[in-house]
Amino acid sequence: MLRQAQHNGLAPSTADIAIEAHDLVKDFGDKRAVDGVSLSVPAGRIYGILGPNGAGKTTTLRMLLGIIDPSSGTRRLLGRDRPLEAASEVGYLPEERGLYPAMTAREAIAFMGALRGLPLGEGRRRATAMLAERGLVDWTNRPIRTLSKGMAQTVQLLGTLVHDPKLIVLDEPFSGLDAINQEKLEEQIRARAAAGVTVIFSTHVIAHAERLCERIAIIAAGKVAFEGAVDEARGTLRPIVQLTTRAPDGPWRAALPANARRNGAVWTFELPPGGPEPLLKALIDGGAGIETLSIERPGLHDAFVAIAGEAAARDLSSSQQETA
Amino acid sequence: MNALPTIRAAFVIGRRDFTATVFSKAFLFFLLGPLFPIVIGLLFGGIGANIATQAERPRIAVIGYENDIRRLEGARARVAGILDGQPAIEFVYYQPAADESALRQRLLTGSRPAVVGVLTGGTFLPKFIGSLDPEGPTARQLRLIVGQAQVPPGLEGQPIAVTQVKRTAGRTSAARTLTAHAGQALLFLLTLLLAGMLLSQLIEEKSNKVIEVLAAAVPVDAIFLGKLFAMLAMSLLGIAVWASAAVAAVTFLADPGTLSALPAPALGWPGFVLMAIIYFAFGYLLIGAAFLGVGAQASTVREVQTLSMPITMSQVVIFAIAAAAASNPDGTAGIFAAVFPLSSPYAMLARAALDGRWWPHLLAIAWQALWLAVILRLAAAYFRRSVLKSGPKRPSWLSRLRKREPRPAAATARP
Repeated sequence: MLRQAQHNGLAPSTADIAIEAHDLVKDFGDKRAVDGVSLSVPAGRIYGILGPNGAGKTTTLRMLLGIIDPSSGTRRLLGRDRPLEAASEVGYLPEERGLYPAMTAREAIAFMGALRGLPLGEGRRRATAMLAERGLVDWTNRPIRTLSKGMAQTVQLLGTLVHDPKLIVLDEPFSGLDAINQEKLEEQIRARAAAGVTVIFSTHVIAHAERLCERIAIIAAGKVAFEGAVDEARGTLRPIVQLTTRAPDGPWRAALPANARRNGAVWTFELPPGGPEPLLKALIDGGAGIETLSIERPGLHDAFVAIAGEAAARDLSSSQQETA
Repeated sequence: MNALPTIRAAFVIGRRDFTATVFSKAFLFFLLGPLFPIVIGLLFGGIGANIATQAERPRIAVIGYENDIRRLEGARARVAGILDGQPAIEFVYYQPAADESALRQRLLTGSRPAVVGVLTGGTFLPKFIGSLDPEGPTARQLRLIVGQAQVPPGLEGQPIAVTQVKRTAGRTSAARTLTAHAGQALLFLLTLLLAGMLLSQLIEEKSNKVIEVLAAAVPVDAIFLGKLFAMLAMSLLGIAVWASAAVAAVTFLADPGTLSALPAPALGWPGFVLMAIIYFAFGYLLIGAAFLGVGAQASTVREVQTLSMPITMSQVVIFAIAAAAASNPDGTAGIFAAVFPLSSPYAMLARAALDGRWWPHLLAIAWQALWLAVILRLAAAYFRRSVLKSGPKRPSWLSRLRKREPRPAAATARP
């Protein structure tokens, strides 16, 4: 219904909002970690919080979940002003994975379910089934300390999902996973969203946000630089035109915007507001002799640079390199 | 804080902590813990006593005739019998020589045997030359032995006829004071041990990053209460095991009737044990809450040690006050120790051994419960603020004084 409403250009109603935050501020001593974050996560969608390391993503998620209180501002989680009241409907995978090393995989999953109100017996039953589904049946009764890092992460993810939450919050879920497991996780996120579950995750890897999210918030230096649909983010930039011509000069040059750049024989410029047809007509009429012409929609990375600035983009790149 | 979900969540946390602790190797060591001081005490006590007997037994040279020697030796044997383990003087006898002065000099300076002094003049005109403190224990013992030896044979007098009764007020009072002190010491040691274990668990959880998983799912108050009560349950299990083992050991190893011969505390054994459990629970919860609240700030064992040191030292002082007041619970110090919340469990446990009235205990339990509620709430709030560095920074009193104008509602709203 929400999807249809958005496709029809209608704004989602309050009941369809899974998370809402207004002017969240968090100070740690003299340092302001989060500075006036406002965002709105529609129910049943995949929402990404994108930003470099230290931008305030984890602190924002912690405030949204009620793990820490904001210094000021308000938030609502699944319709509750006190986020912990909705704890049984929420699954949370923190950035720093935490499991009791002596617990078995099955007990760890069941315990995480029990924390969210799932009876321990039912949690054990579901844990056994979930581990079997993933071909990890041999690891059911092994202590966490004997598992590989990837397996322990899988166990923690299963613990996040064991109670069938309506809202899944994942803080940097892809960090530490190899490419295959990243792909598997992406599939799981899509499958949950398809089943109507709201998924919000933080990442500093633009590709994940671009592939998965319908809406994003770009956070830099504790502030939300952009919040909205991924297409809207891309829409903040004009499409990029790349052109090569046979005629080096002529009246067709008047059709190019003033900030058009030339690199060898290739001209690069933003598509003028009139769109491609007037541009093409002006080039043809001006005798450009078009050899190649491509119009590319800007990627999320370009949008990020435009929205958050070069400095934030550099931070994001270095965050990605650190993770890699 | 909504009570029911918090209690349910505290139960989940507590159950995990309890089972994880009880089904671990560390718990076995915890159960065997009391054996170590007993064994070490016996071992080193025996060795120490032996060394002390060997090293400290004073040796005195006696220059005298056969008759004096016989009487001195008889008196020494009688005195040694009542010294109850204290080293008795050892006499080395020498016949009088022509040059007594030279013999005495040789004995005082020679090393075979090395003596602390020389006794001459027999029992009639005893004279001692040596390096003893005239008022010290050896000199006093020597006087007693010589005094005994001076009593002519047949004039020692009749020995006192002793008829033993089971109890006297004096003996019962002394035994009850001993019970009070022993109970306090046990309570103190257990409380400190458990509070330390509680902190170690918290630090382990912080280093495992489990704390964030917990804090995202349940109120931080529930984590606090769950941990606190899990450790209490674990300790009560330990106490039950120790008590059963002690009763079994006394029943099977000691003389029959040893248990019934123990003087009952003023409240009787069932009442005393009940009070001991209640006061242990209060004592532990009060100090454990303080430890947990302060310890939430620490992230390493070293930080824990630094932070818990002042609390431990304060607790030692509190215990010392309660212990000093134990024998006189109605004195000023006794009443102060009973009223001050942190020393109240110790003071009241001592009273349970010495005073048969119940109403002071009912009053004390209500008083301690009130303070427990206050301290739990304060410590839980501090824990909540510290454990994940949560909550707004509290302005200093100076800045609060300066900042008189009200802040906008939106800026202060905290869901």
